[in-house]
Amino acid sequence: MKKYAYFPGCSLKGLGRGYEESLLPVMERLGVEMVELDDWNCCGATAYMSIDEKQACVLAARNLALAEKTGAGDLVTPCSACYLVLNKMKHYIKESEEMRTTVRRSLDGAGLSYSGNTPVRHPLDILVNDIGLDVIKEKVVRPLTGLKVVPYYGCQVVRPYSTFDDAWNPTTMDRLLATIGAEVVPYPLKTKCCGASLTGTLPKVGLRLTYILLREAARRGADVISTICPLCQFNLDAYHDQVARRWGPVPVPTVYFTQLMGLAFGLPAKQLGLNRNFVRMKPLPAAHAPA
Amino acid sequence: MIQVLRTVKYEAERVKGFGREIMSVPGCENLASCIQCGTCSGTCPLSVYMAHSPRQIMALVRADFKDEVLQSNSIWLCASCYACTTECPREIRVTDIMYALKLRAIREGAYPKHFPIPILAKEFSRMVRSKGRITETLLVMRLFMKANLRAVLGAWRQGLGLIRTGRFVILHERIERREELEKMLASVEAGEANPSPKDLP
Repeated sequence: MKKYAYFPGCSLKGLGRGYEESLLPVMERLGVEMVELDDWNCCGATAYMSIDEKQACVLAARNLALAEKTGAGDLVTPCSACYLVLNKMKHYIKESEEMRTTVRRSLDGAGLSYSGNTPVRHPLDILVNDIGLDVIKEKVVRPLTGLKVVPYYGCQVVRPYSTFDDAWNPTTMDRLLATIGAEVVPYPLKTKCCGASLTGTLPKVGLRLTYILLREAARRGADVISTICPLCQFNLDAYHDQVARRWGPVPVPTVYFTQLMGLAFGLPAKQLGLNRNFVRMKPLPAAHAPA
Repeated sequence: MIQVLRTVKYEAERVKGFGREIMSVPGCENLASCIQCGTCSGTCPLSVYMAHSPRQIMALVRADFKDEVLQSNSIWLCASCYACTTECPREIRVTDIMYALKLRAIREGAYPKHFPIPILAKEFSRMVRSKGRITETLLVMRLFMKANLRAVLGAWRQGLGLIRTGRFVILHERIERREELEKMLASVEAGEANPSPKDLP
């Protein structure tokens, strides 16, 4: 049985809980053990870097040190911001003597240590490169045949620290979606920014970025957008009425790729957190059900 | 009425040493080798909304035009998508330079009062420091209270939607060992105020 240390991040306990609700049963179905880090803290996300760089580094370092302590192997984190920040801080600590000193001193005080040897990885990477598409295919009981899915990656998993896919034209999720039977819609905007927190802080700009992504998905006839990031999911799902007021309705639902996997594995939609969407995905046609 | 604007910058507007200060931040060193090619501006999904393009910001920083840079809306529009950082032919981490600039603008209060983006960063760090984790719905409520109470009215539908879908969390997520985390973060401040000789490079 494969085993990983699991860092959920704050979003998966809040706005992005549908992600965790689908990720864990899917991993379980595949025989993967996810050991949640004991007492993990916020990764610092994008905001803390503009408050204090060294403290931001210490926030990440505590989690990395906790992961080493578990000895569970690679650290898996589903949120794009967590994935980016934890990887970024590994680079910082390695490159900068000043950061290393700061981190060492603060970890010493807490009886923790950090060697830099734990890889920080995304579930998409784990699923496709460790577990394998052939194993995933064996678990599919209800292929998503005929479902047109846009693979949307967003920015922070593929840039700039990703080790498993291309920064502009990633294909890992495309292959995964095809494996579970979906029709993958070509989508040139797959790594374009969703607007991040600008949707809330500066809607005039942020909502336009969100709208561009939704409209392009609709124009290409997508039934659903598949995402790997809790903030992308929130932006593409929870602002539909504000987008509609400005530019007209673009009612394409956005779900996590793990929710689509769960459906293909035959898990009930409600158990996968699909009922948490503002714009709900239509139930799969009966024709897709196993005979 | 035709507006006349001066396009030349005066020597007197420079704050000498500012460029060097930014380039001394870990990760920001490569700015010195910027060739002003504009790849950062070309890849940036937000540059069309910015008062200064990322390329212009890089030039202004290097030439010490501190006030103009810190007061530009450009630094706040950066959404951290890292397109520029990935594509820069001189391996300049433009995104991290934007962070270094945001940090200085926040420390010096060089942003319009009630402007939500820096307020969000401040409230975010406060919540992390006291609870160890972020509860997004509570963070957004604090942002509204500090930045723009009227925005609450515009967001009520979304709030109701979150309640309906079971995503509106009203109890703080928090870690157990908050004291440990606080000690760790405080040690950074103590180290900056009073570096011990063995810590110096």
